[in-house]
Amino acid sequence: MDELRCDIAILGAGPAGLAAALGAAASGRKVTLLDDNPVPGGQIWRDGPGVSLPKTARKLRAAVSENPNIRVLNGARFIACPQPRTLQYERGHDSGILHWRRLILCCGARELQLPFPGWTLPGVTGAGGLQALLKQGLSVAGERIVIAGSGPLLLATAASVRQAGGKVVAIIEQTPLHRALKFGAGLWRWPEKVRQLVGLADYRWRPASQVSAALGDDRLTAVRIRHAGGERELTCDRLATGYGLIPNIEPALLFGCPLTGTAIAVDDYQQTGIPDIFAAGECTGVGGSELALAEGTIAGYAAAGDVARARSGFARRERWRRFARAAESAFTLTPQLGEICTPESLLCRCEEVATGAIGDAPDWYNAKMQHRCGMGACQGRICGAAARWLWGWPLSVPREPLSPTRIDTLANTPPPDNSE
Amino acid sequence: MTQTISLTIDGVAITVVDGTSVAAALSLTSFPAARLSISGQPRPPFCGMGVCQECRITIDGRRRLACQTPCRAGMRVEREAELRSEKHG
Repeated sequence: MDELRCDIAILGAGPAGLAAALGAAASGRKVTLLDDNPVPGGQIWRDGPGVSLPKTARKLRAAVSENPNIRVLNGARFIACPQPRTLQYERGHDSGILHWRRLILCCGARELQLPFPGWTLPGVTGAGGLQALLKQGLSVAGERIVIAGSGPLLLATAASVRQAGGKVVAIIEQTPLHRALKFGAGLWRWPEKVRQLVGLADYRWRPASQVSAALGDDRLTAVRIRHAGGERELTCDRLATGYGLIPNIEPALLFGCPLTGTAIAVDDYQQTGIPDIFAAGECTGVGGSELALAEGTIAGYAAAGDVARARSGFARRERWRRFARAAESAFTLTPQLGEICTPESLLCRCEEVATGAIGDAPDWYNAKMQHRCGMGACQGRICGAAARWLWGWPLSVPREPLSPTRIDTLANTPPPDNSE
Repeated sequence: MTQTISLTIDGVAITVVDGTSVAAALSLTSFPAARLSISGQPRPPFCGMGVCQECRITIDGRRRLACQTPCRAGMRVEREAELRSEKHG
């Protein structure tokens, strides 16, 4: 087991984490960036055989890898905090402990998935999931693909499918047309986003509609679509669903950081409610890579004590926070989506607990204790978030280890030390 | 220009472009599932980003997530025997 030390540890190497690392290292602090993917970049800048990364991403990654004050631990998953101011991590073939003086949480976001009949069939993936798999080298040439859920990510996934030679059958968006149009009309304030969206426009985009079932015997063959005019079926080979992004807050909950809504609460300097712990990017509220970069830079400078340079980023952050608020209100989920989560639909994929089975549980704790919901390998990352949307149950403080962990890693865990 | 590498999935040799993840490589086999659910349903990769744990699989003797593991030359990927005999054999 490795034992490493640094001034500032950063958890997550997406846009926020990379920007935070450069900000924190600028004043000579020793920075360690910990990330569970094989290479830095997070979800949006995921590298792979099917990817041509944008210039900003390439520049940032190069700057981080050339900076002598920054150490990057790739493929390292955060699993526990066995002693104060530590991160215990596991990699493919080893594990270690990282000691830090200050910590910046840049844990990003994941897709919200809502259960519906057939969503565990082979052929159904997340929308961001399909995009990630395409970047990782998945071939979909000639396949008919339906993309469903909500938000701009559906259009980005459709663009990736077209680029990979797949056929986009339809993009099923739950938000009504008037909300999407209002969002589009206000986009002139962010010309960068207009350019992005023009490139993503797709005539198969259908507002005010929902996927109500994935159909097929041992794999997906069609989907059922619900819209104002009624229901219809579309033949397809794949379905990719995603109901927008939700902040990854589990590490923050473990450290006791207070939340605001579903995100980590931070002050002007990206400081959380816990001393010496900062947070930036999607885990403090979903807003896209531009906002994550602005917040990461501020957090990096602030964690290194460079208040003046941290302040100089406030205006840029505010501009992208306004964009985040506009996007959020445009793609607010309609309560009608609750109707597609039929009682038979599996809520917990790991333990195969149906949505109807836990309808009488008063809270998440009882759903776990009485029905084993959220007790499987993903530890409720998928179904806990769905249950929060369906019934308003907050995500609970996770238990260590935060992810399935090998026995040799656990055997190497140092004993608790509360001397600090 | 593009480099390819060879690995085995359930003992069958396959060739992929360098940088391909094990999750993406599974789709090149006759059935793309990574594992069986507790009731025996086949489950392929779902979230693609290390969250849902559906793609956990044995790689060189250790349980890993296929979506966060790049293919390496000579790598041995193995699925549960039941899945192999049912869908892949």
